[in-house]
Amino acid sequence: MQLSMRWLHDFVEEIPATNREYAERLTMTGSKVEGWEEEGSELNKVVVGKILELAPHPNADKLQICQVDVGDGAPLQIVTGAKNVAVGDLVPVALDGSSLHGGVKIKKGKLRGVASNGMLCSVAELGITTHDFPYAIDDGIFILQEDCRVGQDIREAIGYNDTVFEFEITSNRPDCLSVIGLARETAVSFGKPLKLHTPVVKGGHGDVNGLLKVRVEAPDLCPRYCARVVKNVRVKPSPRWMRERLRASGVRPINNIVDITNYVMLEYGQPMHAFDQKYLKEQQIVVRRAKEGESIVTLDGVERKLSPDMLVIADQDKPSAVAGVMGGEYSGIMDDTSTIVFESACFAGPSVRITAKTLGMRTDSSARFEKGLDPNNCIPALERACELVELLDAGDVCDGIIDVNNSSGERRKLALEPEWIKRFLGISISEEEMVQILQKLDFEVKEGVVAVPTFRADVEHKADVAEEIARFYGYDRIPTTLVGGSAQGKLTEEQKFERMVNDTMQALGYSEIMTYSFISPKFYDKIGLPSDSPLRRSVTIANPLGEDTSIMRTIALPSLCEALSRNYSNRNLSASLYEIATEYIPKESDSELPVEKQSVVIGAYGEGTDFFSLKGAVEALLEKARVFDYDVQPTEEYAFHPGRCAQLLKDGKVFGVIGELHPKVLENYGLGARACAAVLDFNALFALRDPVRQYQPLPKFPAVTRDLAFVCDDEIPVLALKKSIAAAAGSRLEKVTLFDVYKGKQVADGKKSVAFNLVLRSADGTLKDEDADAIVKKVRKALTDLGAELRS
Amino acid sequence: MRQQLEDIKKRVEEELAKVDVQQELENLRIRFLGKKGELTSILKQMGKLSAEERPVIGQLANEIRGQLEREIEERGQKLKAMETERRLKAERIDVTMPGKRHELGYKHPLSIVLDELKEIFLGMGFDVVQGPEVESDYYNFEALNIPKNHPARDTQDTFYINDSILLRTQTSPVQIRTMEKQKPPIRIIAPGRVYRSDAVDATHSPLFHQIEGLVVDKGITMADLKGTLEVFVKRLYGEDAVVRFRPHHFPFTEPSAEVDVQCFHCHGEGCRLCKGEGWIEILGCGMVHPKVLSICGIDPEEYSGFAFGVGLERLVMRRFNIDDLRLFYENDLRFLSQF
Repeated sequence: MQLSMRWLHDFVEEIPATNREYAERLTMTGSKVEGWEEEGSELNKVVVGKILELAPHPNADKLQICQVDVGDGAPLQIVTGAKNVAVGDLVPVALDGSSLHGGVKIKKGKLRGVASNGMLCSVAELGITTHDFPYAIDDGIFILQEDCRVGQDIREAIGYNDTVFEFEITSNRPDCLSVIGLARETAVSFGKPLKLHTPVVKGGHGDVNGLLKVRVEAPDLCPRYCARVVKNVRVKPSPRWMRERLRASGVRPINNIVDITNYVMLEYGQPMHAFDQKYLKEQQIVVRRAKEGESIVTLDGVERKLSPDMLVIADQDKPSAVAGVMGGEYSGIMDDTSTIVFESACFAGPSVRITAKTLGMRTDSSARFEKGLDPNNCIPALERACELVELLDAGDVCDGIIDVNNSSGERRKLALEPEWIKRFLGISISEEEMVQILQKLDFEVKEGVVAVPTFRADVEHKADVAEEIARFYGYDRIPTTLVGGSAQGKLTEEQKFERMVNDTMQALGYSEIMTYSFISPKFYDKIGLPSDSPLRRSVTIANPLGEDTSIMRTIALPSLCEALSRNYSNRNLSASLYEIATEYIPKESDSELPVEKQSVVIGAYGEGTDFFSLKGAVEALLEKARVFDYDVQPTEEYAFHPGRCAQLLKDGKVFGVIGELHPKVLENYGLGARACAAVLDFNALFALRDPVRQYQPLPKFPAVTRDLAFVCDDEIPVLALKKSIAAAAGSRLEKVTLFDVYKGKQVADGKKSVAFNLVLRSADGTLKDEDADAIVKKVRKALTDLGAELRS
Repeated sequence: MRQQLEDIKKRVEEELAKVDVQQELENLRIRFLGKKGELTSILKQMGKLSAEERPVIGQLANEIRGQLEREIEERGQKLKAMETERRLKAERIDVTMPGKRHELGYKHPLSIVLDELKEIFLGMGFDVVQGPEVESDYYNFEALNIPKNHPARDTQDTFYINDSILLRTQTSPVQIRTMEKQKPPIRIIAPGRVYRSDAVDATHSPLFHQIEGLVVDKGITMADLKGTLEVFVKRLYGEDAVVRFRPHHFPFTEPSAEVDVQCFHCHGEGCRLCKGEGWIEILGCGMVHPKVLSICGIDPEEYSGFAFGVGLERLVMRRFNIDDLRLFYENDLRFLSQF
């Protein structure tokens, strides 16, 4: 909302504040000022001049030499290319060293050898348009027809010196989308009187009845409909004061009738519409829901399809306007318009909102209606419009008002609870002061009951009353206290676990990433997810920004691959990344919320990265997470290299996958290096962790170590050998470590040599060599059973 | 014999002066003082001496032995020191060569600040709770006093899944879920992802993070709201941060406020950083609307509360002077490794 200070002064005469102080005060009482602008502040050293002489330029046919009186001693010589100047004209003159709209600087100089000490200006050069001054032309000098004097500053001469404040009005305060509403806030903020004006209409040009009939068929969507008729309309430009105020409010002046409707909307916050009566068949207005299949061509020339949940203003046959949104093409004011109907109505907010949204045309009018307007504002606004018609001599106003009123128009009553309000706000304020604030805001307070003004539909609870008091008591005066009672804030076990996973991954050299939760369905193809995978069923966004972000991911691996790919294409030589990412698994029924689960996705490429470096990181994480005794099995899984992929299991249940990415996947992501990735079920990790930490006494007796090297089939996994050793060695085996795997010379094809280091220890005493030998014998037997033979 | 002893002493001392390796020193010791050494073998001839001479020579021999041992020991110490010095000299390295690095992993800048916020609120007795991101219209809007076709819905362009399910546009639904489950006293923050249908550019993202806060108890006042948030802002920005509470409107709080901090750059004068306003908005807050309490089954006559919501991204952008929001979600290591 743009507020003209000149207009504001009609209602609040004196505001003892600078622009900055005004902005701060209003902001702190709840009407946030986004900024302000002094009109014409770009213009400097531009004055009114009078053309005294005109002479042709000796060296140029298209130029003329003017002698201009700028009220400062000798006339100025200025060369101009304009055609529309004549001796005696008053024109804007940019003097030497002046500045114009857009920061243009003017300096004296020579034009084709003739000295020129300034410039004559057009409207555009001043930053205004011919809408502001309809008598001016676009292509030529602005010949002033204003009551001004030679030498006068141009801003003052043409009234282009208003100050305009830009307000951010919250959706609960449609009353502040008006000069009067903001004037009320201003008056209370500064403790000044608010001077309201009661419109007076002379009328006397026949009766409205007989000229117009109004029938409201949908009172639920139209609580009030008021109308008056004006005959013998005389369409012409409005006076300068009105055009100035409209321009300052960001509205382009058109003609007196249109300008009056806009002026009243800005002043009262009540949208108005003017219908040409000759296009109202049977001189009838029917406010009804649109019929199935009905359409209307709106003022902007676009045909709009209507539906029965939309309210229209129709005549006998067809709609003339979409109620509260926009008029139809014949509802506007034309050159031959003679009789008009002013509409001042109240339409139901939600209906206007849906209609404007469905039709894709949000207008100044719909933006106000959708917030819910005051039915009691219809009549004063209508009267004001007719008063202005008479003031501007824009037509002859007929007597009588049509008023179809289905609203109660009563003030809402709330109990005033001073003690509750004081407690709620934490302030000490007298009841008297509360009442004063409320009364200034037009609330009536009598015997402990607050009657809320009808333009304040947002006040419906004592908390709302408390806010009114707080605003003008001053938020800055409310003390600061701390919540009483002692409370312990702490993280849950799962939150601590999450923090540990983050810390560990970062300690292992993996950087945390954050990826979008929504992806493209194509990402599933890119990762090689089988076309019949149930994971393809995703929560789908009905109105996505684009296909790229149209479904909620069921797997986070594609997001990780995107991040690896981006780093690769940005020429980062290596990258090690991870995320604890949410995945969204839809339930059977679409009416249920999906399950949101977390996965730890880990990925890396670059020097030093291979399957085992990643597996090592995962092993370290699992150790930190206290997930022990899990199983690792080779597996084939989409997205991964079939020979380089393992699944992690605990108690037969898979909780993670580690692998090198499939060459196809690398190609799909434009990754020119091998990359590895792991996906761990975060929630499973948390469930599988061993939360009990207990001290084990340090060994008292020395350990015996034995190295064993075996030759076995290449097919046999090392883990199988290791498990077999562990099972055979029994409780005295403290640790078994693989230290060598060898294939090649001295080992037959299809075979490999594997070497383990065993650490044996007894808790009861120093282990004897023969006991150790007995254990090793058992281990050898077990390995032989597996088909492995001891290497000599 | 006396002469022999003196002779040995002289020879040992002569050779000792030439020895410059530890091992030679040991050899020397063995040669003269060892079990089969020269001094020992002379002493073995003691028997040939007269009874008068024996104790005199014996004492002399012992003196010489003792002296030689000390001298060898001293020489040994000296040699050791020299050798250490030689080694240290030989082992000199160029300490300006780069260290052998273990690759570091970096915490995402959003996490850095979020963790800081969590610490602040944990310290003030708040718990951290979570809620679903795919949320029902009821929790995201209706229960927060934003009925269908309420104009406030326009300010939050929503991604819908269907008529009743959407991507939450704010973390505020966690307020409702918490109040439904837990009776007062309640003191929680709820950080998380929120979604709005904004096209991606330097200052907009369809996905961003908020931190919701909620306190409900008997006798909670707006002064408590101000006090709590003032502490928060000062912990975050330093004790000299200037805070202001400005009236605003949210459908689920009443009275509502926005909290601004005075621009650090211009101290309220107005500059480019604060777009001339002198203040930078950092969060929205207010007293929980009694209607919302009622919806959650909490009696507004008995209890009151306050709530607030902070946008994380803008906070982090200002903290680290980041000018493009997209960087957070591009995950380029050249960006991530700066934090």
